[in-house]
Amino acid sequence: MAKKPGRAAAAAPVAPAVANDDIGEAKRLEMYRLQVTIREAEQRANDLFFQNLIKGTSHLSLGQEAIAAGVAAAMIPGDKTFCTYRGHAHTLARGVPVEQVLGELMGRDNGLMRGKGGSMHLTSVEHGVMGSYAIIGAHLPIACGSAWRSQYKKAGDVTVVFFGDGTTNIGAFHEALNFAVIWKLPVVFVCENNLYMEYTLNADVTAVEHPAADRASAYGLPRIVIDGNDADVVYRTMGEAFAKARAGDGPTLVEAMTYRHSGHSRADPAKYRPEGELEAWKKRDPLLIYRERLKSFGVTDAQMAKIDADVMKVVDDATEACKAAPTTSTDILFTDVYADGGWAWRN
Amino acid sequence: MAELTYRDAVARGIAQEMERDEDVVFLGEDVAAAGGVFKATVGLLEQFGPLRVRDTPISEQAILGAAMGAAMTGLKPIAEIMFADFLAVCYDYVANEIPKARYMTNGQVGCPLVIRFGGGGGLRFGAQHSQCVENWVMQFPGLKVVSPSSPIDVVGLMAAAVRDPDPVMFLEHKGLYATKGEVPDGEIVDTLGTAKILRPGTDCTIVALGLMVHRALAAAERLAAEFGISCEVVDVRSLVPLDTQTILGSVARTGRVFTVEENPRVLGWGAEIVSIIADEAFYDLDGPPVRITSPHIPLPAADLLEDMVIPSVDRVIETIRRSMSA
Repeated sequence: MAKKPGRAAAAAPVAPAVANDDIGEAKRLEMYRLQVTIREAEQRANDLFFQNLIKGTSHLSLGQEAIAAGVAAAMIPGDKTFCTYRGHAHTLARGVPVEQVLGELMGRDNGLMRGKGGSMHLTSVEHGVMGSYAIIGAHLPIACGSAWRSQYKKAGDVTVVFFGDGTTNIGAFHEALNFAVIWKLPVVFVCENNLYMEYTLNADVTAVEHPAADRASAYGLPRIVIDGNDADVVYRTMGEAFAKARAGDGPTLVEAMTYRHSGHSRADPAKYRPEGELEAWKKRDPLLIYRERLKSFGVTDAQMAKIDADVMKVVDDATEACKAAPTTSTDILFTDVYADGGWAWRN
Repeated sequence: MAELTYRDAVARGIAQEMERDEDVVFLGEDVAAAGGVFKATVGLLEQFGPLRVRDTPISEQAILGAAMGAAMTGLKPIAEIMFADFLAVCYDYVANEIPKARYMTNGQVGCPLVIRFGGGGGLRFGAQHSQCVENWVMQFPGLKVVSPSSPIDVVGLMAAAVRDPDPVMFLEHKGLYATKGEVPDGEIVDTLGTAKILRPGTDCTIVALGLMVHRALAAAERLAAEFGISCEVVDVRSLVPLDTQTILGSVARTGRVFTVEENPRVLGWGAEIVSIIADEAFYDLDGPPVRITSPHIPLPAADLLEDMVIPSVDRVIETIRRSMSA
């Protein structure tokens, strides 16, 4: 992997507080803050569910924060993100305010889509979040279309599409990979392998051990399996994938190993998991790993506690703002079915 | 003014729009080098090059998905699904993704694209390559649906579809590709959501679409000559938005209405139109609305059998004659 020039060599004349390698202090603190933000916002979403302030369903990324943070930290403005229905994390990671995300989950007027989309369809075009897609695999071809536009317009942006391990067994996954390779599209496919496709161990229903990476060779792509709980690893892998895409050298498929701490959705207590599995993975909690990483580079507990407190205040303030916000206006019920703003299908 | 086939009008319509707007791109199976399996897109690759006219693998989900992703980020794609029947293998995009994107995102995302496909029977292709799928596509809020019956309408409605900011399903009838019609020179732009009265009449209204428009016109000719029944023929052209005013206006004048639908009976577009007439023009009616449709069976392949399924000129004449004399 090509190393980027160190931040210290470029700027700092005095000894930095944190060792500067290819990632550097500022980027690591950004990734830490993102991971804490996702952790606390997701935990809050869970709490609000128990208070019946969030209805329907939600799919949390607790335990998977490092992938969202590592990928987003490697992206630049203009790059596009396509999420799954487990998309709160990726939406937050692109800088969408916590309040707008929680507001959407709660069906409030301050929600990202004012309650018209809900948890599974978070979208913020101004942040490059081109939508969250709730039909397995549907958005992989759509991401190819976004990348095709970038290629055709010579826009230079890269499209990232996230999906779970279960998606690798649906046709759209295979159609999209083939399509992206033959058209050499600037798209990065990120499989978040959290071992379970909904309630079933994905390995029990998949022909190969690594459901994404072991299929890569079928499309002439390298086999890439990474530790998805280590944001640094994710960030470095993405740096390479984005460079390849921006150079016009086509797509990358990455399988990031991780584990969700909660069930598939709100309805799932995840009783199918063998005893001890969750505990074992919690020892590899992305936040634990990252706190150790930061410490090893000289970041103090106090510095991290300050970030934790800042984030908690943001999430608390967002929660209060959402509780105080009016429920979504019924005026929007019939708006934006068609581009003229309305819903008329006849004269 | 030149005489064009319906097939050549497709290429003419697409070319007119690609020439006007560099963001218009075209993709599909066998559409570029081969010029389309129905030869409806011959010459586009040569005129606009391989970056804008692209052959795809046999991956209908990738075709519609890519069209959607390109449309929502700034291009205006035209995607071909070779046979209308194949919409079933990429139906998620038709049903769940493309039509709902704007609403679910509270207006953040639009999908200005055209999905064109060859539908309809009469070519002895059997049950999976002959269907009229209007009712597959007109049920989703967010989509627009048009189906031209003549070369000039192909060009004009294609232009309107490409320029429209909403996703448009563009049904071409395979049985019409070889038919010819006059098409004026120069730019032609039609209007979505407009029906056309192709033949004025006083005794009854025949509402038809696609290939059935031609059968309705032929039936009207003979009904007038042989039975003295004066039929007004309305070409629906646009199912969504639906020009109900033209249809209701015609029914108000004639007092009787017949729909001629190629699709199998249940939930055909005619049912929606008849329901609107029943709600809004009931007291204009002098007799029951009648739907002339294919029976609710899959299409058989053999010519003898297929001809018994799709409404024929004779069946239209016989049904109207009997209803009008009852």
